[in-house]
Amino acid sequence: MSPLISRGFGGRRRRDVDPSRIPPGQYVTDDFPVLSAGPTPSVSLDTWTFSLTGAVDEPASWSWEEFLALPSEEIRTDIHCVTKWSKLDTAWRGVSVDVLLEGVDTTADFVSAFCDGGYTTNLPLADVTDGQAWVAYEYDGEPLEPVHGGPARLLVPHLYFWKSAKWVRGIELLDHDEPGFWETNGYHNRGDPWKEQRYWSD
Amino acid sequence: MPRRAPLTWRVATVARLQPETPSATTLILDVPGWPGHLAGQHVDVRLTAEDGYEAERSYSIASAPEDPHLAITIERIDDGEVSPYLTDELRPGDPVELRGPIGGYFTWEVADGGPLLLLAGGSGLVPLMAMLRHRAAATSDAAATVLVSARSWEDVLYRDELATHDEHGVTVRYTLTRRQPPEWTGWAGRVSAEMLRELGADRPEPLRVFVCGPTGFVERVADLLVQLGRDPHAIKTERFGPTGGS
Repeated sequence: MSPLISRGFGGRRRRDVDPSRIPPGQYVTDDFPVLSAGPTPSVSLDTWTFSLTGAVDEPASWSWEEFLALPSEEIRTDIHCVTKWSKLDTAWRGVSVDVLLEGVDTTADFVSAFCDGGYTTNLPLADVTDGQAWVAYEYDGEPLEPVHGGPARLLVPHLYFWKSAKWVRGIELLDHDEPGFWETNGYHNRGDPWKEQRYWSD
Repeated sequence: MPRRAPLTWRVATVARLQPETPSATTLILDVPGWPGHLAGQHVDVRLTAEDGYEAERSYSIASAPEDPHLAITIERIDDGEVSPYLTDELRPGDPVELRGPIGGYFTWEVADGGPLLLLAGGSGLVPLMAMLRHRAAATSDAAATVLVSARSWEDVLYRDELATHDEHGVTVRYTLTRRQPPEWTGWAGRVSAEMLRELGADRPEPLRVFVCGPTGFVERVADLLVQLGRDPHAIKTERFGPTGGS
């Protein structure tokens, strides 16, 4: 079906934005909107851990201090939320998932990120390796705020931002795909913004 | 969520526009082939300019699943790209592209039961109104307590209709944050723990809690509810607007 022209609608294109950076159906915002399905969890850094579980030869776990001591990198990237906003050139610091998986022997093809508050999201392992995903704990040079997923969130910027799980506490490696919270609530299983994979039937 | 028809774009027709407040208008739409929805779900609306440029936005459904029309209430954002077109340019008979229903979490059906605690900030009332309308249309006797927070009395959506629900097993309370009418007997100011206690939010029995509004409102209310002892997993939230908005 060819789109219907909305009579009298001119739209407001942003002249300061390179259109090739904006996936279909998205608009650029300078704000940082917050979308969460429940209350913002509060967690003490004294008891915080990040774990690798599931189909691994040896489960691993890092305390907050140990996690901060891991090699980290700065990430400058565009992010795209399924609710239509995109934000360009966001600046993060975090640990690459490649670093976390270094030396890990696994048969897994999928991962499930699990979080404070009970949120989960599923990803193919191939979407979180090779420099495509981080566990981020700084935004714009400051500790990541709780409303945005602090103390740490997953950052998988090439997929819609619900895959970048807030308040992440670990990654479970799985031999099979296990749809997560939004993936079982009407949203797409993979969520590639460039293919506009918003909802389950897209 | 029941997986019904695929989420394809449909051409709806504007049946009527109903002004709700100085800044909000309800679009009442005929949607051929609409597969039905649950109270709390939303739709995506797509506008296309003559040169092919498209803009999409999400809007909560205001109507009950039982309603033959689909209604969405649009808060007009003065410098917005899409909402002023929907509220000011559209006329009855105009076509609008939309798809839905979307979202399988922030929903309520009569079969889910009560009691309900519905907390609305500004136009966050829209999906909660769909729940109240569903409750009434399905003649549910689930107890429901509603708190509406708005800047002023003029900004309260669906005022007259809320009064009619109030007479049928629903308790509706208001807090006006910026301006109160003379001889106002409701609450004033931002939602407080005291207000939530008066609404029974600290009682031990299970409650189905839905909070919808701007980010600042939802963060505050959800935090207060957790502090009052409510199970975080039984608090469903939907936020909109930029960080720090209220």
